[in-house]
Amino acid sequence: MVASAHGARRAGRGLLLTRSATLALCAVALGVVALASLRIGSIGITTADAVDALVRYAPESYEQTVVRTLRLPRTLIGLGVGAALAVAGAALQGMTRNPLADPSILGVNSGAAFGVVTAVYLGELTHPLQFVWFAFAGGLIAAMLVYGIASAGPGGATPVKLALAGVVVSSLLSSWLTALLLLDQQTLDVVRFWLAGSLAGRDLSVFLVALPFLLLGLAGMLLLSHQINILSLGEETARSLGMHTGRVRALVTLLVVLLAGASVAVAGPIGFVGLAVPHIVRVVTGPDYRWVLAYCLVVGPLLLLSADIAGRVVARPSEVQVGIVTAMVGAPFLIALARRRRVAEL
Amino acid sequence: MVRALVSSQTERRPRLRVVRVGGVAFRVDASVLAMTGLALAALLALSAWALTLGSYRLPLAAVIAALSGSGSDEAQFIVLDLRLPRILAAVLIGPMLAMSGAIFQGLVRNPLVSPDVIGVNAGAAFVAVFWITTRHSPAALPLVAFAGAVVAASIVYLLSWRGHIAGPRLILVGIGVNAALSAATSFMVVRAEINDASRAVLWMTGSVYASTWNDVRTLALALAVLGPVGIALMWSLRVIQAGDLVARSVGMPLERVRLSLILVGCGLSAVAVSVAGPIGFVALMVPHLARMLAGPMCGSVFAFTGVLGALLLLGADMVGQHALPVGLPVGVVTAAVGAPYFLYLLYRVNARL
Repeated sequence: MVASAHGARRAGRGLLLTRSATLALCAVALGVVALASLRIGSIGITTADAVDALVRYAPESYEQTVVRTLRLPRTLIGLGVGAALAVAGAALQGMTRNPLADPSILGVNSGAAFGVVTAVYLGELTHPLQFVWFAFAGGLIAAMLVYGIASAGPGGATPVKLALAGVVVSSLLSSWLTALLLLDQQTLDVVRFWLAGSLAGRDLSVFLVALPFLLLGLAGMLLLSHQINILSLGEETARSLGMHTGRVRALVTLLVVLLAGASVAVAGPIGFVGLAVPHIVRVVTGPDYRWVLAYCLVVGPLLLLSADIAGRVVARPSEVQVGIVTAMVGAPFLIALARRRRVAEL
Repeated sequence: MVRALVSSQTERRPRLRVVRVGGVAFRVDASVLAMTGLALAALLALSAWALTLGSYRLPLAAVIAALSGSGSDEAQFIVLDLRLPRILAAVLIGPMLAMSGAIFQGLVRNPLVSPDVIGVNAGAAFVAVFWITTRHSPAALPLVAFAGAVVAASIVYLLSWRGHIAGPRLILVGIGVNAALSAATSFMVVRAEINDASRAVLWMTGSVYASTWNDVRTLALALAVLGPVGIALMWSLRVIQAGDLVARSVGMPLERVRLSLILVGCGLSAVAVSVAGPIGFVALMVPHLARMLAGPMCGSVFAFTGVLGALLLLGADMVGQHALPVGLPVGVVTAAVGAPYFLYLLYRVNARL
């Protein structure tokens, strides 16, 4: 008895070691990808130049200026947005116990986009600090609408209902968006580049405005990871363990909207990162959300930056927006998930 | 349970009468015929009204004169070359989308399915944008778009096949295939040269703006061939709706019938999409309206669905063109109206499940 408990503990320690080692490995990979993101692009840059631009910046060097003004903001935004989207997706999946939950499928992304465009159209707002609030509001309203429609009826919010409601709310919002943009050329001019869902050409000031929200959201989510674990056992179990499920759910939803809204405000709508990354991560971590969220924090930016680099390389000399790359890679994920019997018959 | 979804409670109950002509007997629902006639009359009136509207107002008399060939050159040009092709395109595309929606909804026995949800439009759009951006001849565009739609639909069908087709899985796989294809389409738009790209983007907004007589001919031909085939297949569709087992036990070659229904459904929406671009929610919405007004889907209700589709799409195009301060593509109007309706429908279906 004692021996077996001891063995289990040892096995647990082995597991802990493996998981920590893999996480460290992922972190190293992230470092490599981040460096590659500084180097690769329409003009190649040597590692020495890239490092110099960071530690002893010489403004007269063309290469270093490119790194400082273009590649560095882009890489930082990729790091922040990738982590935010992946963590938000994982938390949503845990909380709703729904393998298809993802900020873009739940309509948060298009809601936030619609909020921003409305703000620009009605209020003639141009400063990101002003329109980030509209991104939050739009994302929250869209998520509530989708969830409300999908959870009608005794079955609750099943994957199919959620996905359908999300897709339709998104297409409704995007049609209104198109109408708004056609009505007003000036709004189109302000938001055109932002709507494409890309890391390129973003202002670092926007990122700095969104950064506190991102950090708050990520930290809050990591602190709540134990609660998400309990929620993922189901409503009854969580309640019988003494949890105020309503309060925790509200808090997690708020954090998801914070993360997704901030990412949309910075980079525009980028889909499928929040869907795919948690599923990839779970192969290593299993269902424990403390590990899932920690891994998402590293693997999310890893994948988003890789997708961004792929987008720079495949269509040289022009670029493919990262949102397009993530959709092409992420959509097969959705299909594979849908083919699993357990999901489709929920 | 699934069947209960299709025959919703709001569906009108048919009142059939049997009419014998010589040795042949028909079951006729007089009020469906009356409604179809009424809708046709309304369609005619709406088209006439649409011909008079525009930045250059023409009185009805001038329109009639132009149509009969005795108007002024100016009126002749405006009516015959600008307005009539656009109106005819809307009147032809509406039925094609609506009928294709009716076929797909019946086929998968799920009221939430439409060609735009399960990837038919995205497939057609993908191939069409490829065709536009690689500068192939526009004459073959409808044909390749049709091929793209059929391939996309077969991919969705095969990927969601696990011994049988389940509606929910089909929808999810459709959403996935849709997302991948739209991403690939945007990829081509990004890579294309700016002139080709703007043509592709214009095409993708879904509009009947600047339709030509060529487009009208293509559409009319497709509708004239596929529409009657669809009506003829309605009987088989009703048997399929009773369940695979029933269909087999009455000796129906199930897979062959299913395949021909898919081909007709794809063909209708693909040709429409290839001319006008993806116009959303018409295929989803109109069959519901038709069933509500006229009863369960059968040959005559199918024809009624078509007329209703024409009426709605022409109306939507007129709203987009004339009722707002700027001209909106008809696809935007149908989505703005259709999506809330879809959400309402989803809510109701959910609440009943």
